[in-house]
Amino acid sequence: MTQKATVLFDAPGPRARTRNAIVGAIGVAVLAGVFAWVVYRFDQTGQFDAKKWDPFQYSGIQQLIFDGLKSTLKAFALAVVFSLILGALLAAGRLSDHRPVRWAATAFVTFFRAMPLLILIYFLYVAPAKLSGWPSWLHWMNDPLWPLVIGLTLYNGTVQAETMRAGIQALPRGQSEAAYALGMRKSQVMMTILVPQGIRAMLPTIISQMVVTLKDTSLGFIITYPELLYTARQIGAVQDYGLPIIPAAIVIGAIYILLCIALSVFAVWLEKFLGKSRQGRPAKIETLPGETLAAAGAVSGDR
Amino acid sequence: MNVLSDNWDLIRDGFFTTLELTVLCGLVALVGGTLLAACRVSPVPPLRWFGTAYVNVVRNTPLTLIMLVVGLGFPKLDIHFSFITFAVIAVGGYTAAFICEAVRSGINTVPIGQAEAARSLGMSFTQVLTLVVLPQALRAVVPPIGSLLIAMVRNSAIASAFNVHDLFGTSAEMVENGENVLLIFLWIAIGYLLITLTMSALFAALEKKLAVAR
Repeated sequence: MTQKATVLFDAPGPRARTRNAIVGAIGVAVLAGVFAWVVYRFDQTGQFDAKKWDPFQYSGIQQLIFDGLKSTLKAFALAVVFSLILGALLAAGRLSDHRPVRWAATAFVTFFRAMPLLILIYFLYVAPAKLSGWPSWLHWMNDPLWPLVIGLTLYNGTVQAETMRAGIQALPRGQSEAAYALGMRKSQVMMTILVPQGIRAMLPTIISQMVVTLKDTSLGFIITYPELLYTARQIGAVQDYGLPIIPAAIVIGAIYILLCIALSVFAVWLEKFLGKSRQGRPAKIETLPGETLAAAGAVSGDR
Repeated sequence: MNVLSDNWDLIRDGFFTTLELTVLCGLVALVGGTLLAACRVSPVPPLRWFGTAYVNVVRNTPLTLIMLVVGLGFPKLDIHFSFITFAVIAVGGYTAAFICEAVRSGINTVPIGQAEAARSLGMSFTQVLTLVVLPQALRAVVPPIGSLLIAMVRNSAIASAFNVHDLFGTSAEMVENGENVLLIFLWIAIGYLLITLTMSALFAALEKKLAVAR
């Protein structure tokens, strides 16, 4: 195994190769040991019992998991659409020329970014029942889907707003200056020059935040929204199947990981595609080292 | 105002539990994340594979599911700790995967010439890493780690769903007791804001202190 030099180490010579092989062997041994211990624990506590795994072959359980998946995707789709709309509105607010609008948008973003999402969702869930004077025309909030979707929208909308704002502000000044020089109004500059470029530059980041949104739909289980995680807990609590919480978590975890990785792969592909396409490529954004990193942090999602 | 004074003990205990979770999870995440990053950039392929696998699996799993596995699954495997320890394992282990990526991209911002110069002076791997690369990477890494740790504080609220009486757990209890929901959430929000705003101030100060003219 020949290796290239990186910032951290040279291409290894014979002695380094031997040492790396030894460290590698020790590493493999330790990891194998941990793995064996986990398998032993699983075996000792009967996690491999057919009784615990059989249920996943029943069509009823499969239907349950499928329904959970549908609920998860439903909440995800609604939250993504609403959060993108809210994000666009808030970004517009934060870039507004009017000071009160800017302040209001900033206050909104700061507050909802600092609030734990779980608390927001729980509040929206209990508010209709516990808050006297809750308007009766809001009775549709009793369905746990809506507290979840609204909570996800409020939090992810603020994050998306910050991403969009950063994307627009990172565009070279010349773009808006040239547009103003052509006599465009502010709304024209925004709509025809800045937004299309900013959105394209930030699209991969926006999709990465969608991965976060997808993961956060699992908070719905706290307010008894029947999504995937809730389903896992339900299956895991069935006495007849020997409380298969670990098998259920493995199955549901695999579904989540596949969904999230599919979205992440799409984000990476899109980034490459946008980088390659000759037409309508966004203006090159020049950033300082620190800023590139901040963008990299944003690409990996906010949490 | 009454909600706060009537439930002062409850809210105070919740606040300190959240603070305790923040400190413990932060330590686990920082140490674990740095070790993982070291694995991911090491010249030893098995360690690199392990780091990559860990980061990809954990980053793509909801924290709630990890909490479920740790909080409800570990006891099934006859592994018994207190709920706080379970919460620290879950939240710390989850955040570590993100810290790892932040540290790794921080290392990538260090120009290769720095390491080449250090190696041509005859420094060893350890010396290059600890004396030249990591101090420079640290500077670039402070802002993203700050926002990750703040996200961690918010995420720690999930622990309360698994029997940890932190700030959020307190709010659920007060809701059961029939207090005014709006006021409860106002005070809980202020509690979290107190922690997160302090942390962002600390990290801003740290960033300023570490900044050098380049």
